[in-house]
Amino acid sequence: MRIGVVTFPGSLDDGDAARAARLAGAEAVRLWHGDSDLHGVDAVVLPGGFSYGDYLRCGAIARFAPVMESVIDAARGGLPVLGICNGFQVLCEAHLLPGALTRNQHLHFRNRDQWLRVESTDTAWTNGFTGGQEVLIPVKNGEGCYVADQRTLDELEAEGRIVARYIKGNPNGSQRDIAAITNEAGNVVGIMPHPEHAVEALTGPSLDGLGFFTSVLRALAGATAGGQQSGGHQ
Amino acid sequence: MARVVVDVMLKPEILDPQGQAVANALPRLGVNDVSSVRIGRRIEIEFAGEADLDRVNEIADKLLANPVIEDFTVNVAEVA
Repeated sequence: MRIGVVTFPGSLDDGDAARAARLAGAEAVRLWHGDSDLHGVDAVVLPGGFSYGDYLRCGAIARFAPVMESVIDAARGGLPVLGICNGFQVLCEAHLLPGALTRNQHLHFRNRDQWLRVESTDTAWTNGFTGGQEVLIPVKNGEGCYVADQRTLDELEAEGRIVARYIKGNPNGSQRDIAAITNEAGNVVGIMPHPEHAVEALTGPSLDGLGFFTSVLRALAGATAGGQQSGGHQ
Repeated sequence: MARVVVDVMLKPEILDPQGQAVANALPRLGVNDVSSVRIGRRIEIEFAGEADLDRVNEIADKLLANPVIEDFTVNVAEVA
């Protein structure tokens, strides 16, 4: 299985995301923002960082990168896409996910190991977790406060599309403690904390992050066996 | 040459922590009668020829503002 990791100007965590994909057992394929060719990858990770210097709004300019046209088309067709931190912001700006990420309510950059509760295990990126599982993943953001109108939030709740919530403290003021959400099909997931930083005992607080990458491999293996394109809700 | 000004503001229901931080600093200047401060963004766009307001609206809607959290207004400016 080949997991593509996009590098935008200002991406920081593309190297770690590629390493996490390799540790999970995938082949990591580096994708360049200016190249609209996805090189036949089976899934895509949009990594953390500060694409285009966070100018205008986080993710607003990356959304118009040539590679994103292909990612948006492929995601609508069922390709598993995981947006981490800045990648989550890009997915919201690209309207693949509802809502927006805004300035942390307390205005401070927050960098710490964060407990999350995984609430939806129906997605391509979380099928390897058990519902309600508590995981420890580093969070590091200045603009991670998830906002959406009440109707959208109620829909996300009702449809089981809140993938993970912050527990034991909300680091940024996100509405309803939202740390991660998914699209209707379950193939696109945006997460503010960084699973790619929790894949090795030497550098991370846990190995919990690996579950996101092994989940997508399982979804892809199932999709190949079942002839479907994604492991989502379809 | 024509200049068009786009003002982008957070929607009223979206919390503006930056504006709040500024409002909270005002008493230190001796200003105690301000009830709210909200911070937005002003963008000036210059056309070589005539201003194309339809195009500016499209630019504002697609890129300059995020309609999920922000409103924008478009005005043609007098160029000195």
